This record gives sequence, structure tokens and C-alpha cells, in this order.
Amino acid sequence: MELVVPIFYIMAIGALVSGVMVVVQKNPVISALFLITLMLCLACIYLLLSAEFIAVIQVIVYAGAIMVLFLFVIMLLNLEKESAPLVKGRFQKLAGLVLVLLLVGVLAMTVITTGKQGAAAQTTVDVDTAVSNTVSIGRLLFSRFLLPFEITSVILLIAIIGVILIGKKKI
Amino acid sequence: MIPVSHCLILAAILFSLGVLGVFVRRNVIVIFMCIEMMLNAVNLSFIAFARQNNILDGQVLVLFVMTVAAAEAAIGLAIILALFRKNKTLNVDEINLLKW
Repeated sequence: MELVVPIFYIMAIGALVSGVMVVVQKNPVISALFLITLMLCLACIYLLLSAEFIAVIQVIVYAGAIMVLFLFVIMLLNLEKESAPLVKGRFQKLAGLVLVLLLVGVLAMTVITTGKQGAAAQTTVDVDTAVSNTVSIGRLLFSRFLLPFEITSVILLIAIIGVILIGKKKI
Repeated sequence: MIPVSHCLILAAILFSLGVLGVFVRRNVIVIFMCIEMMLNAVNLSFIAFARQNNILDGQVLVLFVMTVAAAEAAIGLAIILALFRKNKTLNVDEINLLKW
């Protein structure tokens, strides 16, 4: 049990390093590969947070399906030369950095204040340890979240139709 | 037990990295990947809170976010392909047809 916290920090550092590499790398293919390692690190963190089903879905859907789609499009576009990987002006770069630092400050303040309030709020217990994580999520999906679950299927259908329409030769 | 605030800090940093990528990078595919990174950061905070409060609603919500992200990635990449076929560029500074 003591191993959980060190593994979390290792995975967190891995996720941060690959996140930085996604932004810094000039080649989009290498960016995509680092995004895959980021998603695998996050899947490990989900496992440590006892969300086994989400971890598996993360590997299959995100690291598998979505990233294969990205790599496929990059391959299809055949990007030999990367034209202008970063924004041109110094001012734009600086403004982006300042805005992001502002965002970091706001988020840090929120995290600190939430941490103070959240320590007292550990009361509700909804998790049944007798059944597995997947069973509980399935039960929730087909009882409390039935309507959103059905709407997601409609969203996927609309996405399929839209992609076929957009992907046609002549628009 | 992993402290929830550390998970939130990690999620905040990943989200900010995604925002930085959207601001700084000009390749439309890399911008798209940074948006995926932001979605992942939000998922992490959902799961951290689900763990802290022992409620599974957060995990179900992550499932929905992933579905929407998959649909968004498919449609977005189709749009990028159509744009590239028409304009022969991936630089967002040159894709300014809708710009005022």
C-alpha cells in the first residue's frame, strides 16, 4: 500500500514531462507520440485512484482510437516541412505566457481554497465494495444516467454522419 | 491514499500546458492535441473528486466526456482534412476565412 504514493508521483512527473514535450516538439508526429505517453500515465493514475474501468477505457479509446486517428491524419497530410511551428511575434508569445501564468494563479488559488473546505466534506459513501467498479458504473449508467447515456449514442451517430458528409470529395 | 489536492495541482498544470499550446503553437493539429490534453486534465480532476467523495458520478461523467471527445476528434480531423485539401496549409494564421 505504501507503493501507491511513489508510483503516483512517478506517473505525475511522466505526465508533466510528456505534456511539456507535446507543446515544445516541432514535429507533430512526435507530439502525438508524447500525447500517447501522457494518456498512459494518466491511465496509471486512474488505476491508483481506484477507477479501473475508466483506466481501461482511457487506454482503449484515447490512447488507442483517438490517437490512431490523429496519427492517421498526420500521415495522410504528409507533412514534410513544418511551416511556422510557433506564433510569429514576440509580443504574441509573451502575451500567451502571461495569460497562462494568470490562469495558473487562479487555478492554484482555487485548489488551495478547495483543499481547505474539502477536508471536512468526506461523508457521503456511495461505493459498494462488494461489486467491482465496472458493475457499479454499469448500474449507474442504466439507472440514474439513462437519458444522458442514450443521448451519447445519438451524439456518436451524428458524428458519424457529419464525418462522412465532411469527408466527401466535393463539399 | 493520494491527497486530492496533488491530483488537482497536476490537473491544473496539465490544463495550463494545454492552454499554452493553444496560444503559442500555430499548427492546427497540434492545437487540436492540446485541446485533448485539456480534456484529459479535466477528467483527472473529476476522478480525483470521485475518489475523495466516494461517489461514482464523476467516473460516469468522465465516460461522457470521453464520448464527446471522440466525436469531436473525428469531426475536427475531418474538417482539418477538408481545409488542407482546399488551402494546402495547416497554419492557423493562414486559415482566416471566417476572420472579421
